[in-house]
Amino acid sequence: MPAKSPSDRDRLFAETESIADSFEDAYIDAEQLFDGEKQTSPSSDDDPQSKRQSTSKSPQGNEVLVESVDLSIIFGKQTVLDRINVAIPRGQTLVIIGESGCGKTMFLKTLCGLLKPTRGSIRFDGIDIGALNEIEMTKVRRRFGFVFQNAALFDSMTIGQNMAFPLRQDKLMPPKDERALLLSRLADVGLPDSVLPKRPAQLSGGMRKRVGLARALILEPDLVLYDEPTTGLDPIMSDVINELILRTRRKYPVTSVVVTHDMHSAKKIADRIIMLYPVSRLERGESQILFDGTPEELDHCEDRRVRQFVLGEAGERLMEMRANSSGHGDLETPNLFDLIKK
Amino acid sequence: MSTEVPYTNQDSLLANLRHVIEGWGRAVIDMVDAVGDFSLFVWQMILWMTTSRPRRGTVLSNFYSVGVLSLPVVMLTGLFIGMVLAHNSYFQFKSIGFESRIGAVVNHSLVRELGPVLAATMLAGRVGSAMASVLGTMRVTEQIDALTSMGANPIHYLVVPRFLACVMLIPALTIMADFTGIVGGYFYSVVIMHVDHSQYLRITRDVVGIYDFFAGITKSFFFGAVIATVSCYRGFHCEPGAEGVGRAATTSFVISFVLILVLDLIMNILLDAIYFSFWPRGAKLF
Repeated sequence: MPAKSPSDRDRLFAETESIADSFEDAYIDAEQLFDGEKQTSPSSDDDPQSKRQSTSKSPQGNEVLVESVDLSIIFGKQTVLDRINVAIPRGQTLVIIGESGCGKTMFLKTLCGLLKPTRGSIRFDGIDIGALNEIEMTKVRRRFGFVFQNAALFDSMTIGQNMAFPLRQDKLMPPKDERALLLSRLADVGLPDSVLPKRPAQLSGGMRKRVGLARALILEPDLVLYDEPTTGLDPIMSDVINELILRTRRKYPVTSVVVTHDMHSAKKIADRIIMLYPVSRLERGESQILFDGTPEELDHCEDRRVRQFVLGEAGERLMEMRANSSGHGDLETPNLFDLIKK
Repeated sequence: MSTEVPYTNQDSLLANLRHVIEGWGRAVIDMVDAVGDFSLFVWQMILWMTTSRPRRGTVLSNFYSVGVLSLPVVMLTGLFIGMVLAHNSYFQFKSIGFESRIGAVVNHSLVRELGPVLAATMLAGRVGSAMASVLGTMRVTEQIDALTSMGANPIHYLVVPRFLACVMLIPALTIMADFTGIVGGYFYSVVIMHVDHSQYLRITRDVVGIYDFFAGITKSFFFGAVIATVSCYRGFHCEPGAEGVGRAATTSFVISFVLILVLDLIMNILLDAIYFSFWPRGAKLF
């Protein structure tokens, strides 16, 4: 507890500096923005970071929000992520594609601090999140939204309690205003009011996923991370999710990172696509990021492995899998659960 | 050829030896790793418990499921164990003409041993394995990650209330098991086997002291702590899939049961040492 006040002071210092970079008259503007923030969104009134949050609405769109610096995840003898350097500017929708087991989900979980990198660091808005303590990390996490693969709604709670969880966690809103917000967010994802008292088990997969999306967006986070948002859904529902992702971005300037292997949705929602490749299959000295560019550039990429993935062709892979069937090759995907243990 | 054969023999012998030593080494490392991991888990729980208050909603629901819902089964088993104990000791004591002393044996072992251990066993089976499987399912379905991602520490949110519920309610359950056991033993001895009522009570009063009762309650605190920490730890470190959840539930019961019995022995030795250092002549307290 005593560590809280000096580090808060440091952060305030850093924030004041960053604001001074963006604005001519830092103090006046910061105060004005802080006041404005208080009136419009009660979600971040006592948070000193709200000042910086407002800078994201500034016209300069190429400022980096989150970046991985030499990020490596090594599990036992196996390297899952090898020196990944990705910088994601504000407002960008980045789609990460790649075959199962190439480390996409681990990258996503490392970005938001759910996994600790073996080497390297994650910088979120200029802060190295690996160096934060629990209380500071909690404040940073308020600025993330995570949409889990199977929604990860709490079974023991109703849909309403699930959606209100982030709000109640920080006591950000008086309970009487809560219901109106929940209803408007439900309407945003196209669900009727009647689902609020239901339990997650009573909803279909697509509905659960939309509730998960609504829950992740309830605090209007700066960065939303989607883990395979369309996997396991029918084509129509997949497109509904895609539309919701697009609509969210139109509504407010959110930065999104989407992990998927659904090429249709990748092309539809992406500003930028990155393709990761399993380290074990790379040639010596090659970067794990096989492709980094716009969806249009992806169609014209010359790399054979990228083309095969985009077109969904097994190529010579089947032969390789047979050759490696002694338990190596594709089967050596490490267990994510072992890595999450902290 | 003739020179190569002893060489390879020696080689394989060395290789075998190396495998054995490596195996032992790995087992030791794994064990140290697990103990260290568990200690860190408990340490984090203690930190969270002492630095911030648990959420009211989470505490009450856990208290309900640990305390209220366990009460019937604990009382029922207590009742029957009291009667079984009375039945078994009756014939032994009757053969040497001491059947009036049966109350001493039944009630002393109930209050000192069977009440706490029985309540702890029922709690480990009923509540401990449920905790492990609930937390395991939450781990497997990423609900624990979801908690973390929304700024709720899973240890604070999930483990602390369960620990508090177990530690604070197991003494109450132990008292209820003691009570129904005593009632069952009395009923069987006095009503069914016609042991003299006043003799039964007088001898019990002479032998069973308040120290025995408190020794039982003291032990139960530790049993509750073991059940909660082991079960929550197993749930948190659950392996994926239905099998992983099942294994977390069963191992949590087995480990906590073994630890309960080991702790029981240690605590008995300790508590007796305390008793005899204060009252060296074995004088009865109260």
